[in-house]
Amino acid sequence: MTDASIPEGGKVTKSLVQLDARTRRRNAAEARFRAYGLTAIVIGFFFLITLMVAIVGNGVGAFRQSFITVEVFLDPAKLDKNGARDIEDIKKVSTFGYAPLIQNALLEAVQAAQPDTPIKKAGDTKQLISASALAAVRDHVIANPEEIGQTVEFRLLAASRVDGYLKGRVKREDVVRDKNINVEHLDAADALLAAGTLTRSFNPEFVLGADASESRAEQAGMGVSMLGSFYMMLVVLALSLPIGVAASIYLEEFAPKNWFTDLIEVNISNLAAVPSIVFGILGLSVFIQFGGLPQSAPLVGGLVLTLMTLPRIIIPARAALKAVPPSIRDAALGVGASRTQTVFHHVLPLAAPGILTGLIIGLGQALGETAPLLLIGMVGFVATNLPDGFFAGFMTPNSAMPAQIYEWAKRADPAFYERAWGGIIILLVFLLIMNFAAIVLRRKFERRW
Amino acid sequence: MYDAPYTERTTAVTDVKISARDVQVYYGDNHAIKDVNVDIQDKTVTAFIGPSGCGKSTFLRCLNRMNDTIDICRVLGKIELDGEDIYDKRVDPVQLRAKVGMVFQKPNPFPKSIYDNIAYGPRIHGLAKNKAELDEIVEKSLRRGAIWDEVKDRLSEPGTGLSGGQQQRLCIARAVATEPEVLLMDEPCSALDPIATAQVEELIDELRANFSVVIVTHSMQQAARVSQKTAFFHLGNLVEYGETGKIFTNPEDPRTESYITGRIG
Amino acid sequence: MRQHIASAFDRDLEGIQAQIMKMGGLVEASIRDSITSLADRDEDLAERVRAGDKAIDALEETLNDEAARVIALRAPAASDLRVVLSVMRIAANLERIGDLTKNIAKRTGVLVHMPPVGGTGSSLKRMAREVELMLKDALDAYIQRDQALARDVIERDLDVDQMYNAMFREFLTFMLEDTRSITPCMHLHFIAKNIERMGDHATSIAEQVIYLVSGELPDEARPKSDSVASVGVDERGAGPGPEAEG
Repeated sequence: MTDASIPEGGKVTKSLVQLDARTRRRNAAEARFRAYGLTAIVIGFFFLITLMVAIVGNGVGAFRQSFITVEVFLDPAKLDKNGARDIEDIKKVSTFGYAPLIQNALLEAVQAAQPDTPIKKAGDTKQLISASALAAVRDHVIANPEEIGQTVEFRLLAASRVDGYLKGRVKREDVVRDKNINVEHLDAADALLAAGTLTRSFNPEFVLGADASESRAEQAGMGVSMLGSFYMMLVVLALSLPIGVAASIYLEEFAPKNWFTDLIEVNISNLAAVPSIVFGILGLSVFIQFGGLPQSAPLVGGLVLTLMTLPRIIIPARAALKAVPPSIRDAALGVGASRTQTVFHHVLPLAAPGILTGLIIGLGQALGETAPLLLIGMVGFVATNLPDGFFAGFMTPNSAMPAQIYEWAKRADPAFYERAWGGIIILLVFLLIMNFAAIVLRRKFERRW
Repeated sequence: MYDAPYTERTTAVTDVKISARDVQVYYGDNHAIKDVNVDIQDKTVTAFIGPSGCGKSTFLRCLNRMNDTIDICRVLGKIELDGEDIYDKRVDPVQLRAKVGMVFQKPNPFPKSIYDNIAYGPRIHGLAKNKAELDEIVEKSLRRGAIWDEVKDRLSEPGTGLSGGQQQRLCIARAVATEPEVLLMDEPCSALDPIATAQVEELIDELRANFSVVIVTHSMQQAARVSQKTAFFHLGNLVEYGETGKIFTNPEDPRTESYITGRIG
Repeated sequence: MRQHIASAFDRDLEGIQAQIMKMGGLVEASIRDSITSLADRDEDLAERVRAGDKAIDALEETLNDEAARVIALRAPAASDLRVVLSVMRIAANLERIGDLTKNIAKRTGVLVHMPPVGGTGSSLKRMAREVELMLKDALDAYIQRDQALARDVIERDLDVDQMYNAMFREFLTFMLEDTRSITPCMHLHFIAKNIERMGDHATSIAEQVIYLVSGELPDEARPKSDSVASVGVDERGAGPGPEAEG
C-alpha cells in the first residue's frame, strides 16, 4: 500500500499571509513572463499600425485625381470635313485630329485664369492634360456625332505631373530637369485650380478602369485586374472546394491506413510548403505548353492557384473532420447509418465551419498570390478592356490584383508608386471582406456538441 | 402465508437470441478475445463485467459489427442472431445494426433537435411513410426511453441541451426507435450521477419486456441490479457465465470470485 | 484468499471475525462455568454466568451493527457476502447458547437449595463437555474454513442427542421412583435439554462454516437421534418435545 509521504520532523507551520522568498521569485517570474507577452503584442500592434498608416497614407491619394473641365468646340471642319455626319467618316479622324481642339480650349481656359507666367501657344498646353483625354473626347464624339459643331463641356483627366504637383509629389525645383512639364504649366495649374477649372475629386476609374501605359499613370485603374482575380477565384472555388473536401473526407473517413495513404498524407503536407512559384512553372509547362491553354488567361491562373491552394484546404479540412467527436460517428453507425450517411448527415455538417474557414483562408492566400501568375503571363497591362462576355472572361488575357500592384510598383514613374499603394488598399479590403465572411460563416454553422 | 413476489430474476422465455461460438478477436497481433462461447437469451438483461481491457466492450461491439469500422480488427468464429451468422458475407452491417441497436458510454445525442435525434434512424431505414407515422414513432420511442414527459414540450430544442441522464435516455430512445431486437449498451451509466443512473437502470429493466439487452458495465453493483445473466470476462476469456444471483453469491471460478469481491482490478 | 484491493475492507471483515471469536470464547467459558456451578453447587459462579450473558448479548449487538455497516458501505459479494451473513447467523447462534447457559445458571440457583439427584451431575457435565468441544471445533472450523471439521461437528451432534435421550430416560426413572425428585429432575431435564439445544446451535454454526466455504448449506439429511419427541410418557398426550427443532 502507498504511504502518504509526510515530511520528516513533522509539519512546518507558517503563516499563509507571509510570502516566502521562493513564492516571491515565482510570482516575479510570472509577472515577467506576462510582461514579455504584453510587449510582444504591443510591438506587433505597433507594426500593424505603422503598416496601416503607411498603406492608407500612401495609397489613399490614388483614389483622388485631378480633372480639368474645359469647353471644347467640336469643330466640324476638323471632325467632319464632308459635313455628312457619316459615322464612318467621323471615325476616320484619329485622336491626333482632336488634339488642336482640346489644346485651343485649354489655352483659352488657362488665359482666362491669368497665370503668373502665361502660356502663349496652344501646343504648350498638352502637358497639362492626360494623353487619354484625346481618346475620351473622340469616344464621346463618336457616341454623339450630332454634337459636332457645338461647344461641349468635358471633364478631362489632368496629366499625372499636374496631379502630382497638386498632391505635393512633384516639386517646382524638380521641374527643371523634367521634359514633360515646365514651370509655366505649374503656374497654369495653380491658376486653373484657383479658377475652379481644375478640380480634384474621387476617381472611380481607379477602382473600375483598366491599366494604362507607362506614360499615362493618371489613367491606370484596378478594375480589369480585379475582374481577373475574380475569375481566378471562381475557378479556384469551383475546383478546390469539391476536390479538397472530397479528398479530405476520403482520406479521413474511408481510406485504409497503409503505406500508400501515409505517402499521400506526407505529400499533401509537403505540397503545402512548396513555394508558390514552383506551381507557376508547373502551370506554365502543363497547362500552357502541354495543355495548349492561352497565356495570361484567368482560367490557367485559377488552375495554378487551385493546385497551390488544394493542400492548404485539405489540411484544415482534415483537421476539422478529425475534430468531430468519434461518439457522433458511433451514434450514427449505431442506429444503422452507412458510412456515407454518417459522413454526410453528421460529420460533414459539424466539420463545415472548420472546412469553410480553411477554404476562405486558402482563397485569401490565392487571392494575394503573385509569383505563379508572373510565370504564366498574368502581369499588368495585358488587358485594357473588359472581356466580351461572362464566359469569355475565363480565356481573355488578364492580370490579377497582386500582379497589377507588382507591375505598378516596378514602373519608373513615381505616379505609379501611389497607385500601387492604392491597389494594396483594394486588395486588403477584399481580404478583410473574405475573412469577415469566414467569421460570419463559422458563427452561423458552428454547433456545440 | 402471503407470497410477496421477489424481483423476478428468472426469465419466462429462454430462447437463445444471440449465440457465439469460438469467437476470436484480434487487434493486429493482439489476441483480444479468446474462444468465447456464450448464448444470450431473448428478453433478458445480460451483463458483461470484467476489469478494463478484458475484452467485454470488444465482444459487445462484435455483436453488431461495430468493430468493422476498425481496420486492424479481425473477428473469427461464429456469432449467430436468431440462427443467422452475422458475419456472413451476405449480411449488410447496416441492416444488422438496425436490428441490434447500440447505446454508448458517453451520451452522444446528435447536435440536432430532440425530434430529429429520434427520427433519424427511422428516416434512414424508411420506417415511416409520412410525418404522422414518424411523429408516432418518435413519441413511442421517447415513451419507451422514459423521457417523453420531460421533453414532449420541447421536441424542437437541441438534444445536447438536456442533462446527462436525459441525454442518455434520449440515446436509448434513439436506439429503440429503429425497432431493434437486441440493445447493446456500453457502460451506459458511467457518465451519469446516481439518480440518473437509477433512472436508466429502471428503464433497462422495463426494456427487458421487449428486447434482449446486453450491457457492459464497470459497476458490479449495476450488473447485479439490472441483469438476469452475468458474464465475467478476464484477459480476453469468458471466465464464467451464469445466472446473476449465482455469480454474485457463489461464483464457481476463483477469478470471478476475486473480481467481484474486489481482489483483482 | 488474496487481499482485497481496499485494505480497509479486509480490516472490517477481520474485525467482525475477531469479534465472533471473542464471543465464541465467552460462550465456551459460559458453558463451562454454568455446568461447573451446577456440579459444584456454586451459587456465586452461577451468578457470574448470569451476569456474563449481558456481555455476550452486547457483543452480538455490536456484531450485527458492524455487519450491517459492512453490508451498507462495502456491498460485499460472493465469499465476502457469505462471511458477513455467516457472522450474523453465528452470532445469533452464540447468543442463543449464551441464553441457554444463563438459563442453566438460573436453574442452578434453584437446584443448590435442593438435595442432589444421584449421579446425574457427571452425565450432564460429560454432555456439556462434549457440546463445548463441538462449539470449539465449529469455531475452529470457521476460522480455518475447514469443511471436514465442520462435518465432523455435525456428526457429533448425534452423540449429544443420544446422551440426552439416555438422560431423559434416567430422569423418567428417577421421577417414577421418587415423586419428591420430580422438581429437581424437571430442572435437570431442562438443563439437559438446554445442553442438547446448545449442541444444535453448535451444529448450526458448523453448517454456516460449510455454507461459508462452499456457498451451499448441507442437505437436511443430518443424523437425528433426538427420539424423545416420539417417546410417549404415556402414549397419548406427549405432543411435541419441549422446543421445536431448530
